[in-house]
Amino acid sequence: MKEGRIHSIETCGTVDGPGLRYVIFTQGCLLRCKFCHNPDTWKMGSGKKMSVQELVKDIKDYLPFFQATNGGVTVSGGEPLLQVEFLLELFTELKKLGVHTTIDTSAGCFNRSPHFIEHLDKVLELTDLVLLDLKHIDSVEHKELTGLSNEHILDMAHYLDQKNVPVWIRHVLVPGGSDNDAYLQQLSDFIATLNNVEKIEVLPYHKLGVYKWENLGLDYPLEGVEPPTEDRVRNAEDILNRVKVI
Amino acid sequence: MKVADEVVKRVPWDGFLDGNWQKEIDVRDFILQNYNLYEGNESFLTDATQATKDLWDQVMQLTKEERENGGVYDLDTKIVSTITSHEAGYLNKPLEKIVGVQTDAPFKRALMPFGGIRMAVAAAESYGYKVDDEVVHTFTEHRKTHNQGVFDAYTPEILKARKAGIITGLPDAYGRGRIIGDYRRVALYGVDRLIEEKKKELNLIGNGTMTEDIIRDREETSEQIRSLQDLKKLGEKYEFDLSKPAATAQEAFQWLYLAYLAAIKEQNGAAMSLGRVSTFLDIYIERDIKNGVMTEEEAQELVDHFVMKLRLVKFARTPDYNELFSGDPTWVTESLAGIAEDGRPLVTKNSYRFLHTLDNLGPAPEPNLTVLWSTKLPENYKKYCAKMSIKTSSIQYENDDIMRPIYGDDYGIACCVSAMRIGKQMQFFGARANLAKALLYAINGGVDENLKMQVAPNYAPITSEYLDYDEVMEKYDTLLDWLSGLYVNALNIIHYMHDKYSYERLEMALHDREVLRTMACGVAGLSVIADSLSAIKYAKVKTIRDEDGLVVDYEIEGDYPKYGNNDERVDEIAVDLVKNFMNKIKKHHMYRNAVPTQSILTITSNVVYGKKTGNTPDGRKAGEPFAPGANPLHGRDKNGSLASLSSVAKLPYKYAMDGISNTFSIVPKALGKDEETRTTNLAGILDGYAAKQGHHLNINVFDRETLLDAMEHPEEYPQLTIRVSGYAVNFIKLTREQQIDVINRTFHESL
Repeated sequence: MKEGRIHSIETCGTVDGPGLRYVIFTQGCLLRCKFCHNPDTWKMGSGKKMSVQELVKDIKDYLPFFQATNGGVTVSGGEPLLQVEFLLELFTELKKLGVHTTIDTSAGCFNRSPHFIEHLDKVLELTDLVLLDLKHIDSVEHKELTGLSNEHILDMAHYLDQKNVPVWIRHVLVPGGSDNDAYLQQLSDFIATLNNVEKIEVLPYHKLGVYKWENLGLDYPLEGVEPPTEDRVRNAEDILNRVKVI
Repeated sequence: MKVADEVVKRVPWDGFLDGNWQKEIDVRDFILQNYNLYEGNESFLTDATQATKDLWDQVMQLTKEERENGGVYDLDTKIVSTITSHEAGYLNKPLEKIVGVQTDAPFKRALMPFGGIRMAVAAAESYGYKVDDEVVHTFTEHRKTHNQGVFDAYTPEILKARKAGIITGLPDAYGRGRIIGDYRRVALYGVDRLIEEKKKELNLIGNGTMTEDIIRDREETSEQIRSLQDLKKLGEKYEFDLSKPAATAQEAFQWLYLAYLAAIKEQNGAAMSLGRVSTFLDIYIERDIKNGVMTEEEAQELVDHFVMKLRLVKFARTPDYNELFSGDPTWVTESLAGIAEDGRPLVTKNSYRFLHTLDNLGPAPEPNLTVLWSTKLPENYKKYCAKMSIKTSSIQYENDDIMRPIYGDDYGIACCVSAMRIGKQMQFFGARANLAKALLYAINGGVDENLKMQVAPNYAPITSEYLDYDEVMEKYDTLLDWLSGLYVNALNIIHYMHDKYSYERLEMALHDREVLRTMACGVAGLSVIADSLSAIKYAKVKTIRDEDGLVVDYEIEGDYPKYGNNDERVDEIAVDLVKNFMNKIKKHHMYRNAVPTQSILTITSNVVYGKKTGNTPDGRKAGEPFAPGANPLHGRDKNGSLASLSSVAKLPYKYAMDGISNTFSIVPKALGKDEETRTTNLAGILDGYAAKQGHHLNINVFDRETLLDAMEHPEEYPQLTIRVSGYAVNFIKLTREQQIDVINRTFHESL
């Protein structure tokens, strides 16, 4: 059985997909988002090794909660697609139990190499929903905010569209970083080109993870940045949702 | 009132479907034949009437004055409370749809010395009152009390155990409570019919040979009849004729309430629970509405005024008692909803109206609204409950799907989590044994770690530097053998004396003759022991000894699985402990052939028990509170709330039939982003917990900041209610220590 590198488990997730969700936070990420509230999930090769078997045994205990709320399992991160083989085996087992599966990804490791695509395709067949984080529509700004440019990320959005995988787009709204009407409009236009988007969520930047940066001995790059106002959140929601949502 | 009313009045049962209930006392049959299932949503509910608002303002004003007066508004120091001791009292007679207070004025606490005169005197003194000398003289020299009886019979060993706090909270100086009279009988049958039935029963007791049991039974039944006659007199004081059945909804509420009032005028039991009245009363409302003599607004007003009276129930208690059971609780527990054995949900419009009082009168700890939850309840009702929980944190839930097969479909909850068939079953309340302290005794050879005194027998202590799991378990087992025997002995004495000196005649008059009695034992400190044993098993625990060689502290080397994370390794330890202690209890003889049960419930006394218990091998420091009930210790459940719930759900109800209490606190955001999602998710949590055989869940939904602010500005939160362990309290009435304990408990808040 495959082992995953797991940062932590949250058994009662309510914000990462529909219903009550068992959320597996995987360890390791390619992005270095300045607003990240889980910087402790960045480092590759660490985390707790957990086998698919072990996880599935635990997940089985929560089936009544999933059934009562149309919930299921969300694999978040870190970046779950960095462990695509593990994901494949996990979802294969979960589908045997009839569990709703969701991947929460920033697409940071998406590429068109045959090896990756081969595994990804198999995973997507077993995936009910992808939560796709589009951090910034402008590649230069994206790199400034996350450390990487965004071409391959937008490419993944198209790829999911082409595969007709249901997607919720998520956009973290960071004042001074990703809260700019012109860019939001561009993002909105981009989303409009996709036909698989079921929902668009604006996630207001918050500071609950700052202490983790401090614990890791890292300087917090957004020092002094405050969460967006409710008005700005609504503004972003309005702009992004102006596109036709299927 | 109206002409139609007069017609109904002539024939009180007119319009009801026939059944066995007419031939014998059988309230359940009446309900099943006549109730109206309601599966719609809450849109029919109406707002508080002006009269309700005015009355509630008056109550809030009195509450404020009571608080400013140091916790008691007024206290009777002269008249010993009985069913007929006081003249009628009113809040505001012209406005009140339901009348009756415990003494002759609202907020005036009664003098109740039958449990113990010293307790009554101490309670009065602590609030600056002095009990009349003549009353003290009478109850010291001429009339023995329950308390005195108990202490006459206690052994030195029991006294020591009690002092050390290894058994604690025992009802040996206060009323045991936890008996639910079937108050509905008074409304349905009228008192005369009940007296007639009891007289018939009296003739059926025994075959002429006067054994002790028969004599007691005959004497008690005669007392019951006398109490019913007194109940009629109480009715007359309020200008009602309770001899006949209630003919209208208003009368049904009033008859039922006066029966309950009679009970609380004679008994200040720790928990004076109401039973399961809402669906019963709905039948009368439906009939009046159908007859065109009542509107929905009037129906809600009746419920509001009835509930308001239940919120006024007060007893005079000592500060010691309040430390144990904080916030002035009375456990006027009302059980709502559930499913009938024929599969129909027992949900009526009244199941909504009772919860709606939390809107119309604002949140409050009493009555202790308890929803008998089933995955088969109508979806609309589930959502309404969840919505009201999110809004008020005033509701507790108990799993009807696991209780119904045992108690049928006409049981109610006494106190927090004790299920019993209404009018057919009662319990001998047994507080609890401190199993965490027992573990320390096992290690120290029966010597109390705080008193440094031999309390348990002089067993061989553990002498090694590091604790060995098998050795600890063996010694713990021996210690629990001793403890269970001592504990049951103490309870047998207590209940013998309570029956003798403070018999609940009116409550028992509203029971069948054949009553199932349970001996409700209990345990405290479950999570502390589970974690301690887990630490000993999976990490290394080093003992730290004082100069006399007594182990006074522990050092843990390495990590160990902690209860509350759905980790089989430690959860199994907790399960085994529950089974093991129950099995040990069962070995002993029970007073009156009671059936032994046990609860995993601490109420708020987890703070006091913690205070009396030294350092424990799980790393908990001396004096720190235990987790309440069956909860994992705060901060140790790290995998999110469903893991925490799953651990507790593993505890087997079969071995803890007096209830397994779990208090669940979650911040609103952690339930979802919007109200609709939060409601669905909370209902889903309840469904999932029920499906996993979890027994009880207190639901609190608020932010820690709210509580911190309420600590600093109590005057701004007069009605802030939180669920603690099987009941709810007014947060600002807790001691500061208890407030801090509540704030430190796990709030599930991960996003």
